Amino acid sequence: MTELIAPIVSLRRVSFRVSGKTLLEDVSLDVQAGERVVILGANGAGKSTLLKLCAGILEPSAGEISSAPLREQAFIFQRPAILRRSVLDNVRYVLRNRSISEPECSARARLALEVTELTSFAQQPAKTLSGGEQQRLALARAWACQPRLLLADEPTASLSPAAAREVERIIQAVHATGATLIFTTHNLAQAKRLAQRIVFLDGGRIVEDRPASEFFSAPQSGAARHYLEGETL
Amino acid sequence: MSLIGESAAAALQLLLAGDSTLGEITRLSIAVSATATLVAAVIGFPLGAWVALTRSRLRSPFVVCLNAALGLPPVVIGLAVYLLLSRSGPLGALGWLFTPLGMIFAQTILITPIIAALTRQTVEDAHVDLRDWFTSLGMSTWSRMQTLLVEVRFSLVVVLLAAFGRAIAEVGAVMIVGGNIAGSTRVMTTTIALETSKGDLPLALALGVLLVSLVLTVNACAYVLKTKLEARHD
Repeated sequence: MTELIAPIVSLRRVSFRVSGKTLLEDVSLDVQAGERVVILGANGAGKSTLLKLCAGILEPSAGEISSAPLREQAFIFQRPAILRRSVLDNVRYVLRNRSISEPECSARARLALEVTELTSFAQQPAKTLSGGEQQRLALARAWACQPRLLLADEPTASLSPAAAREVERIIQAVHATGATLIFTTHNLAQAKRLAQRIVFLDGGRIVEDRPASEFFSAPQSGAARHYLEGETL
Repeated sequence: MSLIGESAAAALQLLLAGDSTLGEITRLSIAVSATATLVAAVIGFPLGAWVALTRSRLRSPFVVCLNAALGLPPVVIGLAVYLLLSRSGPLGALGWLFTPLGMIFAQTILITPIIAALTRQTVEDAHVDLRDWFTSLGMSTWSRMQTLLVEVRFSLVVVLLAAFGRAIAEVGAVMIVGGNIAGSTRVMTTTIALETSKGDLPLALALGVLLVSLVLTVNACAYVLKTKLEARHD
């Protein structure tokens, strides 16, 4: 007899409307613990909205969502939110916010900076870091929190290829700790490298939800084919 | 033209001679306005941050009241504080009327809305970039307030200066509440008003020069400090 394990994220017939415009319509999705899911779709398809709904940043207009508690999640934004304090203090900030003891805060923060190769910047004002370094700092904060669920919204969109690869490496390091990954990207090569499963959105609806290898070798919907052929942005 | 010239020369003499009356009035002005600014900051910073972040239904009425309070005439505030502090008023027992404490009270009421309104705008702008991240961290309004006030700390220096400038340049409220008593509640602005009406222009002019210099110096120092601190962090 197989034991049923509740998905870490579950959306049931979820819709999201804002100012009379429907951004997501009747979306249902289950993500199991440990999965690596990439959400693909053209601009305006609803990728970021779906991710923010999964994180609880947005409330659905209709439908039900269950997700890991906030303290077990970490969210990486395309433009990382950086506080006007040192790199080390930026990491310590999120840990303190989770009521982690001061000695453990410092120990975990320093370890997170090692993993993200930011140790040499520890005392530097975080706002002076480059874009790629700031994104690594955001990932250091995520890593330090040891999340069960990591959500990332186009985390490498504005980075150089080298910086993007470094961010990918850290995302994989977070996944290696047992975290579930859900992220959006327009970088198809990156999606191929990181995804186990692809959720493809078109016009606010999920039109494909399949293992990555199947999706890339034989997309079933016309929208996905057009997207992969670079005919839609 | 000669009147201006003579007054300016006499004012310069007073300034260079380090006139004791001038010194006493200047010290009291700074003490009253700086204390009022500090008290108003303790109230205005958290109040402004709360109004910026709250989703309470009271938010809109609060914003309207804060903005309206920016335009309150100082003499009206002076009159209201006078009534509060007068012997038969609700706060008469404090015995603050015609004392520097009463003047601090009046100036605090005058500048708290300035600090709160400017803080609200500053915090609201900073929150735009951090809102989603804060939500993803599950942060309470209180935690957001604390974090954002630290984030905008350099801008708040400018807010403080604007408030201090308004307080030290104010004449109507302190005149009514302080009574302009020599050696006790006489400050720079009330002295300028009094001496001008008496025709003693040199003292009025000397105080005017001092007042403008003081405001300029404080603002210049704060600007340099803010620029240096921002350069270190951004």
